[in-house]
This record gives sequence, structure tokens and C-alpha cells, in this order.
Amino acid sequence: MSVVFIQSTLQLVAVFAFFMGVLSLAGLLTWVERKQSAVMQDRIGANRAEIFGFRFFGLFHIIADAIKMLTKESFIPAKADKFLYQLAPIISVFFALITFAAIPFGNDLKFGEYVVPLQGLDFNVGLLFIFAMLSIAVYGVILAGFSSQSNFSFLGGLRATSQLLAYEMAMGISIIGLVMCYGSLNLNELVHSQGDYLWGWLPKWGFFLQPLGFIIFLIAGIAESKRVPFDIPEGESEIVGYFVEYSGMRFGLFFLTDFLETILISCLAAVLFFGGWQVPGLFEDGFHFWNGVVWNLPSFVVTIIGVFAFIFKIAFFCWFLMTIRWTLPRFRYDQLMHLGWKILFPLSIANILITGTVILLLS
Amino acid sequence: MSEYSKLDVTQETIDAETEGMTINMGPAHPAMHGVVRLIMNLDGERIRKVDVEIGYLHRAFEKSAEQAGYLQVIPYTDRLNYVSPLINNFGYASAVEKLMGIETTERCQFIRVIMSEISRVSDHLTCVGASAMELGAFTAFLYLMKAREYLYELVEEVTGARLTISYVRIGGVKADFPEGFKGRALNAIKEVRKVLKETNQLLTRNRIFMDRLEGIGLISQEDAIAHGITGPFLRSTGCDFDLRKASPYWVYDRIDFDVPVGSRGDNYDRYLVRLEEMEQSMRIIEKAFALMKEGSIRVDAQGKEIPASLMVDEAKMGNTKGFWQFEPQVDPTLEGTAKKNQKAIYPDVEDKKEFMLPAKENTYGNIEGLMNHFKLIMIGHGTSPPKGEVYFPVEGGNGELGFYVVSDGTDRPYRVRVHPPCFPIMSALPKMLEGDMVADVIATFGSVNMIAGELDR
Repeated sequence: MSVVFIQSTLQLVAVFAFFMGVLSLAGLLTWVERKQSAVMQDRIGANRAEIFGFRFFGLFHIIADAIKMLTKESFIPAKADKFLYQLAPIISVFFALITFAAIPFGNDLKFGEYVVPLQGLDFNVGLLFIFAMLSIAVYGVILAGFSSQSNFSFLGGLRATSQLLAYEMAMGISIIGLVMCYGSLNLNELVHSQGDYLWGWLPKWGFFLQPLGFIIFLIAGIAESKRVPFDIPEGESEIVGYFVEYSGMRFGLFFLTDFLETILISCLAAVLFFGGWQVPGLFEDGFHFWNGVVWNLPSFVVTIIGVFAFIFKIAFFCWFLMTIRWTLPRFRYDQLMHLGWKILFPLSIANILITGTVILLLS
Repeated sequence: MSEYSKLDVTQETIDAETEGMTINMGPAHPAMHGVVRLIMNLDGERIRKVDVEIGYLHRAFEKSAEQAGYLQVIPYTDRLNYVSPLINNFGYASAVEKLMGIETTERCQFIRVIMSEISRVSDHLTCVGASAMELGAFTAFLYLMKAREYLYELVEEVTGARLTISYVRIGGVKADFPEGFKGRALNAIKEVRKVLKETNQLLTRNRIFMDRLEGIGLISQEDAIAHGITGPFLRSTGCDFDLRKASPYWVYDRIDFDVPVGSRGDNYDRYLVRLEEMEQSMRIIEKAFALMKEGSIRVDAQGKEIPASLMVDEAKMGNTKGFWQFEPQVDPTLEGTAKKNQKAIYPDVEDKKEFMLPAKENTYGNIEGLMNHFKLIMIGHGTSPPKGEVYFPVEGGNGELGFYVVSDGTDRPYRVRVHPPCFPIMSALPKMLEGDMVADVIATFGSVNMIAGELDR
């Protein structure tokens, strides 16, 4: 067998594992959300589902939820546009999932002559690809809102549309500063260049180069994932949401999309601003300590450590987003527009100007 | 004032020749509590016109009260404002007492003040918490529910129930405070203060929360008075009308407290007024405990009390010798804790047999008590106030809660009319909502603290 074939097979296995990992994490996040909110609210949280008397801190609720969603009647309102109504959740979840293809979740895995890239799609416009797919994913929400023929979901769809416009803009522009710093739209290259060090000790992470960009990105990212405080398309106590007419697994897909987008935002935050799989002090040949001591590790182990570092960073951001979600109240529609267009958008442009000026002065 | 206020909607935009979207919010809408319907005409997200439809929880309280004896009305009053049922209880009983010309004992009045204020705090906690939850701040809601739990535990301890308490009796209350209640109550207040401090930090200066509330749901003082609004809602517009100060009842005139007022009459002011009122209520509770005289008289237990069940067992064996000098001791589940404190919580026990239920120890223990009980409970024999009519208002959680009772001299009220504080507020709701956005319905409606139990009765 050719080297290329084995490499491709191994890459396929790794990417498949990554996708499964993302999907399981999305499922796990439903549990994390319950437990995290319970911890914050002095409660115990979900712990009732059991199998043969074992409860495992309520982890079985994930399975119970899935069974519930799958076995419930998936209702279609009589006046709904049936085709679009059924298409909407699929679009929503499909485009949220496909973005993960471009996420580099580890350095190239090397065994002898084989080099397996730990990334589904390594291409030059990875960043643009992700943003494009994210924008298309919102069509799912909009279609859901419009095709259900319900006034409440219609309002939800409208809100989602305007929220998308306000936030994609700020989010896209907040990244430009970063792209200027590293000079690439290729996510793998972005991560590789974050392995350098400023003044020999500070990791050259996006966060340290672009703190303002990171804050704008994070705010816009939370808005992107449509969760509190930016859950106005959902607004469960106001308009109940764009998915008000959905039930069963079709609703479940929207639910899943929210969590997938949370993970995606965490992935992007880690890849763009926190060095992806980079660990401070970890080089290709092992750990380099402050005092010059080098602890040599095989490249295989270094890559695995990197993958775990990446998982840790994702987990941290997921936790962070959950904490925000359970702390703040919700914005109002016009306040969100105000924040998006009048504050974040000018700030992100100012960020580009500042970055450009600094780069010009330093060169 | 926030820049998001309704002021940028001119009359032209409201009158513009566009067809609005009619949206039907409720009764099956999460923010409408399942009991009220708003039919709104929207221009985008702006509300052009609101039609409020009430009556989904109409239970014919007033008509039922005409069919029941004076004592039997008490359980109905539990269901009026089900967040602070004690205040309804006391309000009704005070009206009937005024009709009969009875003055309750001082200790009883202190008990009523303390329990009313505990209810008021739990009412405000629910209101602030629920409106925060509807704005998305779920954590703050659960913190406040935790605080309310401390207070409900106190209520449970005193009345034996959490919601349908039926604690009042005409001329008194069902039972005195249990032993050690004062310490536990003061402790609970301390815990509630901690929670309030936490919530204060979480919400009061929270930019998002302020933006959602400031300048929304505005109502002027004149409008509020014209609609007959009372309570925290009126006080948020700057009018310091509080029945506890304006026409002191029970022992409120002996207790020092402040009436917080707002200035603008928006949602944020109502939130702040409620927060401060909780603090003042807790101050009242502390003061009342300090002023309250220990009234409970403990009966000495020199073999004079034996459990009723034992007495029955003995009597079955024929061992009735010397029973006349024993007092039966009734199980607390049969309300047998009242007798010791009867003197403290009822006026002159011996001469007020025409309205006052005897202690359960007497009902089960001697023929006079049994006869007295029987006479009061039997239809056609019960408490019969003289002919006349009275109105007795108390300061409820939402404002003036008044009971207007008409007696025709029989044992059933001729008419019981409730002045529910929610009703005038709901009449002003369209005025507050029109021109705001759909999302503001939630904030304004939350600050109204509509309790359908008393709104629809």
C-alpha cells in the first residue's frame, strides 16, 4: 500500500474521531449546562435518570434526552411550508457541523515515514470557510422562523436575521487584525505561527497580540451561538423562539446546533487567540524549561499533548460561555443592534487601524 | 432616562398606514402565567395597541363567600394572592372584627404584623425574582427563591402549611408562635439579607438589567392615581401613600419604618422600591419582635394533662375515675397547641363565645367546649355579626387590599367585596405598554406583579 493511502486512511480515522468527539461533547454539554447552572444556583441538578441503579451524576440524562427527542411526535403545523419546515433544522445542524472540518485539532502526527495531519480540511482560506458556513447556518434559523407560519417564530426569524447582520460584521472584522499580524488565513499556519515567543518568553498567542480583537470576537461569538445574553431569536419568555412550532428531534437538532456553535466558538477562540494545540514551552523535541533544561519527548507524544491541550482549551471556553450564560440577563432587540452596530463594529475597525499602525511602525 | 425609551415613536409612526401584525400573547405563554391574555398589534417589534383580557382564573370568590359562613370564607381568602396568603387572611378577619366591634389582643396584632411582613417579603422576592428570570437572569431568580424558602419555612412552622394556610381566626389567630420562633425568624432574616445583598450585586448595577428596565413601562403619578393604583407601583412614581402609615392598623403606628418612594415610575424604580421595601419589612419584623411581650402562658404539667388517645383507651376499660381533673392533651395535628396561648392571642376568651372557636383541647375535652364548637360550626348558628357594613384596607404585597363586608345579621356575609390591588394596575397596563417593544412586555408585566388569584378572584 502506498504511503499516501495509509496517511489518508489514518487522517480519516482521526478526523472521524474528532467529529464524534465534537458530537459527544455537544451531548455532554447539555449535561454540563444543567450541572453548571445547578452549581451556580445552589441546586443539585439533574440526577434522576438511572440504569440498574447507577446514576453517574446524572450522565444518563443525555441518553434519556436523546430517546425522548427521537420518540416524540415530530409535529408539522398544517399551514407550514412542509419542505422548508423540514429542511430548516437540517441546514442548521449541517452547516454548524461542517465548520469543524477546518479546525486543526493537533500538530501533524508523525510515525516514521507517515505524516498524518490532524485536520479535516487544510486549505488556505480556512478562516473564510468557517465564517461562510456559519453564515449559512443562520439560514436554518431564518427558514425555521418563516416556514412555521407562526407569528412568534416569525418574529424569532426576523430577530435572528438582524442579529446575524449585526454580529457577523463585527466578528469578521475583529479577526482581520489577527490575520494582519500573522499574515495568513490558513488556520494551520495561524496556529503554527502562534508557537513563536515574544521577547523570548511570552507565547505569541492571538490574545496577547489582539486583546481588543479577542473581546470583540468573544462577544460576537456568544451572539453567534444565540445564547443568553444574546438569545433574542429564542427569547424563551418573550417570543418563545424561532423553533416554537418544532417538536421531537427536529427541535433537538436546533438544540444541538446551539451547543455545536458553543463548541465551535470555543474552538475558534482557542485556535485564533490561544494558540490552538500549542503549549507554552513545548517544542517539536519536547519541553524547554526556563533554566534551559530540555526534556526530550518523541514527536508522537508532543502531538498527543497538543491535542489534549486543545481539548482542555475548548473545555475551558465551554465552561466560560456557560458561566456567562447563567449570569446575565437578556438584551433587548434594539439594544443588541445598538451594541453590534454602534459599539462593536467601530471598535473592530479601530482595532484594524491600531494593528495596521503598529505593524507599520515596527516594520 | 435610557435612550431606548418610547419617546422616539412619534404619533405619525403609530398612525402610519401600515398593516400591523396581530399577535396573541397568552394565556398559554410562559410570561403570562397562564392566566391573562394580551392581544397586541405590532409594528415591527413596536407595540401599537394592546388589549388586555383577564378572567382566566375567575373562581367566583365573592359569590362563594355569600354561600359560606364567616369562618368558612377564610380558606377562600388563602387563594386570593397566593404568594402572600397571610395578608389576605388578616385583612378579611380584620374586616369582620371591625364589623363585630372586637379588638384583638396586642400579642395577636404583633403576630399579624410579623406574619404580614414575612409574607410581604416573600411576595416581593417572588416578584423581583420572576421578573429577573423572565429577563433571562435565571440564577438571580433561584437565589431569590432560596431566600423565599427560608421565609416559607417560618410560615410553615407557624401555620402548618405553606400556601393554603388558613391561619387566621375571627378575633385572633389559630395558634401562637412555636417555641424558639423568634430566634429562627431573626436568623432567617439574616439569611434573606445575605441573599438580597448577593442579588443586589448581581442585578442592580448590571448594565443589561438597567437598560432593560430604565425608562420602560413609564406611568406618571397623575395617571397612577387616576387609575387607582396603590402599593409599590404607586410609590415608584413618587407618591408616598402606604396604608401602614396613612391609616395605621394593628400596631403599625408603634413601629418605626420608612416608606421608600421612586421618582420616575418606570420598571427600574419599581424594582428598587421593592428591594427597599423588603429591607423595611425585615426592619419591621425585628422591631415587632423587640416590642412584642411574651404572652404565651405555659400550663404547668403536674399530671394534669394526658394525651387524648390515652384518655380514650382508659375510658374504654372503664377507668374514668378522676378524669374530671385531667386536661386532655390533644395532638398538634388536631390543632391541639392552641389552648396554652389562647389568652394571649384571643381577646377575653371566656366571654367571646359567640364568634371564637374554642381551643381544640376544650372541644375534645369537655362538653361546654364541644357545644361551643358545634354552635359555631353548624350552619345557621355560627358567627353572626350585627347588621352593617365595613371596609377594611390593609397594605398587601401589591397595594391596598380591601375587604368590604356587608352583614344582614345572619351567619353568612350578605356581600364580601375585595378591592384587589392588581386590578387597577392591569387597567393601566395598555397605557404602559403601547409604544414599547415586544420584549418590554415581559419587563413591564413582571414589575406589575400580577397575581391572577386576586385579580380575577
